[in-house]
Amino acid sequence: MPTLRDTTEEVLRLAAEHFKVPRETLSVNDDFFKKLGINSLQALDLLTRIEQHFRIELPDYELQGVSDFRTLAERILSRL
Amino acid sequence: MLDLRKYQSLGEALRAGMERWPNEICLIEADRERENARLTYRQFSDAALALTSGLQSAGFKNGTRAAIIMTNQSKWLISAYAIFYCGGVLVPLDYKLTPAEQLKLLEHSWAEFLIVEYHLWRAIAQTPDFETLRARVVLVTEAPVNAELYGAKRWEAFRGAVAPTFVARTLKDPACIVYSSGTGGRPKGCVLTHENYLEQCMALTSRYPFWPGVRYLSILPTNHAIDFMVGFIGPFTCGAAVVHLRTLRPEYIREAFTRYKITYMSLVPMVLKNLEKGLRQRFLELPPARWKMLSALIATNRALTRRRPNLKLSRALLKQVHEAFGGELRALFVGGAFTEPATLQFFYDLGIQVGNGYGCTEAGTAITLNDFKPFRADTVGKPLPGMEVKITNADAEGIGEVQVRSKTVMSHYLDDPEMTAETIRGGWLVTGDLGRIDRDGHLLLLGRKKNMIVTEEGKNIYPEDTETVFEGLPVKEFCVFAANYLWPERTMLGEQLVLVVHLETGTAFSESLAAEIAERNRRLLNYKRISGYLVWDRDFPLTASLKIKRIELAEQIRSAVGRSAMVML
Repeated sequence: MPTLRDTTEEVLRLAAEHFKVPRETLSVNDDFFKKLGINSLQALDLLTRIEQHFRIELPDYELQGVSDFRTLAERILSRL
Repeated sequence: MLDLRKYQSLGEALRAGMERWPNEICLIEADRERENARLTYRQFSDAALALTSGLQSAGFKNGTRAAIIMTNQSKWLISAYAIFYCGGVLVPLDYKLTPAEQLKLLEHSWAEFLIVEYHLWRAIAQTPDFETLRARVVLVTEAPVNAELYGAKRWEAFRGAVAPTFVARTLKDPACIVYSSGTGGRPKGCVLTHENYLEQCMALTSRYPFWPGVRYLSILPTNHAIDFMVGFIGPFTCGAAVVHLRTLRPEYIREAFTRYKITYMSLVPMVLKNLEKGLRQRFLELPPARWKMLSALIATNRALTRRRPNLKLSRALLKQVHEAFGGELRALFVGGAFTEPATLQFFYDLGIQVGNGYGCTEAGTAITLNDFKPFRADTVGKPLPGMEVKITNADAEGIGEVQVRSKTVMSHYLDDPEMTAETIRGGWLVTGDLGRIDRDGHLLLLGRKKNMIVTEEGKNIYPEDTETVFEGLPVKEFCVFAANYLWPERTMLGEQLVLVVHLETGTAFSESLAAEIAERNRRLLNYKRISGYLVWDRDFPLTASLKIKRIELAEQIRSAVGRSAMVML
């Protein structure tokens, strides 16, 4: 079972890759809407990428109220 | 469609639809590539009547208030019909609100029954304010086996011992209490009558008719005024079908168009822009020769439909584009927020009509809508049948406040006669929006008089509703404003909220205060966040009961500093 730290690291890597920004510019507590300048639909796009990577299904509502990478990683971990 | 003039209530009209088209499909629920449910009007009615029996056995009476908190799915509509069948008043709440906000509105509405999805219910039950919940019967949908139900009952197993009885209501009785704001401040519960909805439905379907075989794709939550009308009442009183998609992801929306041969769809500007972006990207990827040919066809279509749309011609000219939308698409409806004219023009040039309109919860759903005679991207169209629109206190350019009079205007704000009197004056609804009516009778929106913003996602945000999160900030006083209210601009795009802080005497603005503002801001849902702050050096004007005189404070700020004084976060 991966740890929260591993999962967060993977999420950061996927986000950097998906939105084409250097990985080192992102950190766990970043507000991804603000940091990446994205809207909720673009965040859903990232969710799809995450689902493919972790082979899980995350309903749209899992993103509700989530705006930082750490919380997102927690939601993923609970479904692994 | 049914002749809605014959009916006294939504329950009665919906029941007539069930009886008229028993074997037509009325509802499909899709989740990604899966199909969860496909119901005929008869099956839908049977499911709703089983629930009705349960509700009536549990003491649901004429006028009982029942709230629904759900994402858009089949059980939302089944539950709503059951509530109307019992003569109840529906309180549709936004599932995207926080549990604390939902509890506040549940308390204000005095809803005795609550129907809610399990994951949302679990969050509500774990909220510190849970004991304020007044609902005496809670039904949860899709609760996992052995789940802790926190006193709720399972929707799927909720049955009664009595035969369901239809309860008649009259046109002037309340049908719904819809909250347009007030999660943090003063709740604005719009009491909308059966007449309001039936009139709105007749007005909209006169412009965009539904009939058996029409398929409406629903991606907006059903609590949203547009989807409630165009994705429920409209199609269900015309024998049409609704396809609920339980995800907003663009790839599944695209797939749903082709799989279900969608006729109509409603969306908010953000989703429309995303569709535009996707199409533009696909055009860019075309080989140069094909792009050249497509550009020529688009130009031809634009020239041939300049005066009026011609769907048949556009479908023939731009076959591939229309096939990507399933080949049956007649129109997209966009609302909830201001849409950029360039986006509307982009779709119109492809032969895809976008019904661009303007409305507000207090006036039902839509007040104006584009009539395509001819297409105009710069306006929000003309008043719908039965709507009177006037501009008051117009300036030299004819710009003033938009007021509306129609049978679709709400009855009142729940338990707030003072705010009702401020909003409905002499039978006219004061919208707080600024606009002008041009020579052709089109309404152009040019800003707001009221202190609020609307996001691209169609969310109305009132500054007061965001202030709770800043309580305890180490400053003397603070207040949140819409930036456009402080410094009016003639646009409804890119609206922002600004936090005004007045520091304690002898203190200076510090980095730690900036960090605390940013941290507290992050506790708000992303679309509710402030964009910046303004440090103000004078005492706020206060009322005798020490409330901030917002209008006066705004005037002081406006006359002293400009928008550039705002520090962006």
